[in-house]
Amino acid sequence: MIWNAVSIALREISRNLLRAFLTVLGVFIGVAAIITMVTLGQGATLAVKAQISNLGSNLLMLRPGAGFGSRASSAGVPHFTEKDAEILGEQVAGIAAIAPVRSVSLTTLHLNNAWSSPVTGTTPAFFQINKWSVVEGRLFTDADLRAGNAVCVIGNTVRRELFGSDEPVGSKIRIGRASFEVVGLLATKGQAGMGDQDDILLVPLSSLQRRLVGKTSSHDISQISISARDGTDSQALIAEITRILRQRRNLRSNQDNNFNLFDTRQIAETLGSTTQLMTMLLAAVAGVSLLVGGIGIMNIMLVSVTERTREIGIRLAIGALAGEVLLQFLVEAVTLSCIGGLVGILLAFALCAGLAPLIGVPFHFNAEINGVSFLFSAAVGVLFGYAPARRAARLNPIDALRHE
Amino acid sequence: MEAPPLIELRGLTKTYGSGDAAFQALKGIDLTIRAGEFVAIVGPSGSGKSTLMNVLGCLDTATTGTYRYQGIAVETLDTDQRSLLRRYALGFIFQGFNLLARTSSLENVELPLLYRGLSRKERREKAVAALTSVGLPTKLASTPGELSGGQQQRVAIARAIVTRPSTLFADEPTGNLDSVTTRDVMEILTRLNLDQGITVLLVTHEDTVAARARRTILIRDGQVESDISR
Repeated sequence: MIWNAVSIALREISRNLLRAFLTVLGVFIGVAAIITMVTLGQGATLAVKAQISNLGSNLLMLRPGAGFGSRASSAGVPHFTEKDAEILGEQVAGIAAIAPVRSVSLTTLHLNNAWSSPVTGTTPAFFQINKWSVVEGRLFTDADLRAGNAVCVIGNTVRRELFGSDEPVGSKIRIGRASFEVVGLLATKGQAGMGDQDDILLVPLSSLQRRLVGKTSSHDISQISISARDGTDSQALIAEITRILRQRRNLRSNQDNNFNLFDTRQIAETLGSTTQLMTMLLAAVAGVSLLVGGIGIMNIMLVSVTERTREIGIRLAIGALAGEVLLQFLVEAVTLSCIGGLVGILLAFALCAGLAPLIGVPFHFNAEINGVSFLFSAAVGVLFGYAPARRAARLNPIDALRHE
Repeated sequence: MEAPPLIELRGLTKTYGSGDAAFQALKGIDLTIRAGEFVAIVGPSGSGKSTLMNVLGCLDTATTGTYRYQGIAVETLDTDQRSLLRRYALGFIFQGFNLLARTSSLENVELPLLYRGLSRKERREKAVAALTSVGLPTKLASTPGELSGGQQQRVAIARAIVTRPSTLFADEPTGNLDSVTTRDVMEILTRLNLDQGITVLLVTHEDTVAARARRTILIRDGQVESDISR
């Protein structure tokens, strides 16, 4: 009996290809829309997370001045000293690495190409803290730092502007009045919340002091980059750093901090919750499209209900059992819904694989959302395909035949 | 010895609706039909003749009274049992043909055999034979939309007789046909009755069609007004 119903159902589908197509279309749109949206949304979330982790998730930045909103008041505030960084590194257990940073804006030249970017003097710890690595050449070392060698490593944007398609590593460039050798090209990081991260030129701090600006005062460190050890309590770490710095900067207890600590973890959390919100929004949009798809299925099923009720009347009149007719309709609905769902999954896969690179997010296949949207659409298709048949099969054959 | 009654009705009534809106279509029908008869049920529209036909064909149920088909108390059967009775014993022809749309003649005729669980080969042989017997051996692949009214009705007849039913119910089978095709269809029904011994019950309001039958039952106001055999 089941095989019979399946064979009748398949015949009935092949006879009504337009109706079958429209039913499939309803399921298909719902499935494809929700999978595409959620997959791309999650890709975007992953991309943001990846950029955050590029930034260094346990990164703290120490700057002179009272804090973000009050830049103006940082004018007369003393900068840090190299000793500050050294002491903090020695005394605070939660610090994994610490690097003093001094930046100056200088014009750099290579042949006829000029580029103006901040030149950053720092120590090799900076690479570890900010997760920089080279794709060519090498990073500068503690030996370079001690000797004050005229070496630099450059980011990809600087390479593009100064060298075009030429090989940068091993070449000399002019920075301000001095000549430096490019020893390494940094791996690309791309855009982050704070602009082009690849527009960067790093030299040993000692080289910057001796060759480019001259050491004018011991308070010449404009920023200290710190990476915290994994699992360190942010608040405690900040409190400890603050205590030591206040002491070293001779602040009395009634004086405000004249420095600020900027914790990238806070940024990461903010961005994380933003993208989560975005994904939820996308899921809501996708849910609506699933609903629309469902209504599409419902419509085509209800439109054909008159014809199908008469069909049921005919089948009952020539001796079909109500159960046989229902099984036939169930098989039809399940078959069409599953075809629609599978085609939807395939299309969504193609769409995601095609669109993800275009909008610059990674493509990550999410089995869960594929399953959920497939099941939901299939359930809608089956429900609306089966429910009218169930009603019709309960009628007297003559009432089903006379259905208008 | 007289043939046993095929159909036996006692005090059959059918009421539509309830309370003040109730309408009694059949007001107590007593009727006996024997196997092999060719009966025309005639009467003005609204007389209840189609209702009677539908109850006899187990497409509808009576409100009160008894209906024996070959001794089986039909009013005690459930929905599925009535379906099985239709499947194995009864055949139907309707005024509106009631063929499945977009479905070839062959498949329409094979349909009742499908529910009987016959093999593909058997179904095809019997369906071709039935369509040939109604004069349509060349229209196997045609869908109802491609056939004239008379041809569609002949497909419907083929579908009704392909299972070799003991009784054939025809509700205004010629109602939508012109006089020439009416004659063709009536020829086929007469032949089925004479050659194969199928009992034919025919509802009609056309005198020429009723004249083909050997027994004419006139229904008026839900009751048998006259019952004449020739």
